[in-house]
Amino acid sequence: MKIKQLKTKFLFISLVSLAVLLTSCGGGSADKQAQGGSGKSLIGAGSTFTYPLYSKMFHVYHQANAVKVNYQSIGSGAGIKQLQNKTIDFGASDAPMSDEEMKKSPGAIVHIPTCLGAVVVTYHLPGNPVLKFTPEVLAGIFLGEITHWNDPKITALNPDAKLPSLPISVVHRSDGSGTTYIFADYLSKVSPQWTKGPGRGKSLNWPVGLGSKGNEGVSGLIKQTPGSIGYVEFAYAFQNKMPVASIKNKAGNFIAPSLTSTSAAANVDHMPADLRVSITNTDAPDGYPISSFSYVLLYKNQSYDNRSEAQAKATVDLIAWMIQAGQQYSEPLQYGKLPESVVKSALTILKTVVYNNKPLL
Amino acid sequence: MQSNHHISLTHVRPFGFKERGFKRSLLLIALLVIVLLIAIFFTLVVGSLPTIKAFGFSFAYNRTWDPVAGQFGALPFLAGTLLISFLALVISTPFSLAVALFLGEYYKRGVISGIFKNIIDLLAAIPSVIYGFWGLFVMVPVVRVLEMKMGILPYGVGIFSASVILAVMIMPYAISLSRQVIQLVPEELKEAAYSLGATRYEVITKIIIPHTMSGLFAGILLSLGRALGETMAVTMLIGNTVAIPTGIFAPGNTMASVIANEFTEATGKLYTSALIEMGLLLFIVVTIINMIGRKVIRHLSFDEYKDVKK
Repeated sequence: MKIKQLKTKFLFISLVSLAVLLTSCGGGSADKQAQGGSGKSLIGAGSTFTYPLYSKMFHVYHQANAVKVNYQSIGSGAGIKQLQNKTIDFGASDAPMSDEEMKKSPGAIVHIPTCLGAVVVTYHLPGNPVLKFTPEVLAGIFLGEITHWNDPKITALNPDAKLPSLPISVVHRSDGSGTTYIFADYLSKVSPQWTKGPGRGKSLNWPVGLGSKGNEGVSGLIKQTPGSIGYVEFAYAFQNKMPVASIKNKAGNFIAPSLTSTSAAANVDHMPADLRVSITNTDAPDGYPISSFSYVLLYKNQSYDNRSEAQAKATVDLIAWMIQAGQQYSEPLQYGKLPESVVKSALTILKTVVYNNKPLL
Repeated sequence: MQSNHHISLTHVRPFGFKERGFKRSLLLIALLVIVLLIAIFFTLVVGSLPTIKAFGFSFAYNRTWDPVAGQFGALPFLAGTLLISFLALVISTPFSLAVALFLGEYYKRGVISGIFKNIIDLLAAIPSVIYGFWGLFVMVPVVRVLEMKMGILPYGVGIFSASVILAVMIMPYAISLSRQVIQLVPEELKEAAYSLGATRYEVITKIIIPHTMSGLFAGILLSLGRALGETMAVTMLIGNTVAIPTGIFAPGNTMASVIANEFTEATGKLYTSALIEMGLLLFIVVTIINMIGRKVIRHLSFDEYKDVKK
């Protein structure tokens, strides 16, 4: 009996130690991909928002230049993590990297904008009226301070719309998302209460409302629920013919979201040189205020981890093509085109990317 | 044919090596599963160290979940998970028991029974995202009409919708186990009861159910385990509001769905760690419930022996 007990004890201890061994093995080893590389095949990962555009661009690029790009739309945050682990050639993110993320990266990373996206406010009301919102009213609704559609603050802005006394149901994203980030970033700029409350982030502590997964989840819930309001990507609302609100921008104009007004949002005079900037609440008088760049990210110094020069050159060439010739594919797919001024600054940044201290472009 | 013969002949004689080798490989595979489980546990513990250090036990009872401010508490998710799982159990148990009795006692064989069994197995094979979509586009509008008639805020999604869909999803697990234990009730027992003049209803309530109590409970426990971890369908229907549910129609959130929703875009050490600790907490909750369940099952089967001895 004693021996049997001892035996079980020994078995248990050895099992636990084996398990611990397994655990500790898993953590450290980052699988490194980019050993050398012929420059014929590139790996990118990140943003799901730009996936339709990128897959079109990469398909065309593959046929013209025989360089195959494998793009995995795993989400902006995951794309940044993969780039930091150096498992991919370039990352893609809807939001610029935070200072903390930049500090944690093993090398300097540059941001190259590839297109513009807009977040639109959509709703479900009888008669599908076209609504106008000021930033204050929008923040009030999403903070839960304005609770009914016939609130005088809303009706004053929309005298022509017949607004019912329905309660407002706010619908937001439940999954961490760049769309939420852009929307929250905008509200943080225009509303001090928002900054104090939910703040800026990909997932927030929402004061009111229901969460739904993905653009399709949010729009699905809005389509079903009378009196609901939420935010989705422009392309999604456009393709599903959902009603969208005009938003008052910084210059005081009510701007309806469109590809033109989205592109116009990036057409401002004092753009910082590194383009790592949020353009929500833009100064541009004809710009839609909830617009944002989407970026590809790459290391400024490309000669890391035995990377071959061919691989580095191929990466930079691809990105240069994306912001120039590739731009013709953005508007047909409902993405905002980069204004000339931005393309110029992006090329300047791309020229600072080096391999063994030698520029690649 | 001939070679078959050959193998069986050589197989019998040298008793030692093959037999022992077979037994050892079985043991090895079984141990591997246990090692894997322990390894998962340790991975979760290691991954959640930053939040364990930062919040300690308050993680389990704090009700704020604010990724922007870096405040993490799991109570709303814990409450949501337990609430929808037990509600789903309450809804599904009468149905699964009834179906199990129907298939295990009334229609054991035959065409009808075959069709039923196949359909129930099929229920288990439907991907949960399909349940979620069906729930969102078919069931939620119905629930919304119901809510409007009752004068509650017509969200449609919420604890109730999630529990109903979950009840449908977990039913097959309870049914297939319960049906099998009901079929295993010895014929002699039932015949003895009939010979004493018992009706079928009496046989079911006095013989079959008491005799199979522990098995029926095990089926329910199995389905509960499934309910606790279900993610996709639940997250589509629960409303994903981080608050302790105020009522049966209120929106809520669960541990599994917050992990699925927020993990890919979680940035920062503390945030990721908080989600991993959520996984650890779910692991612990499932383990505790299973342990209690095992206790109950043992207790039930012990009672049965006592009855037999009397």
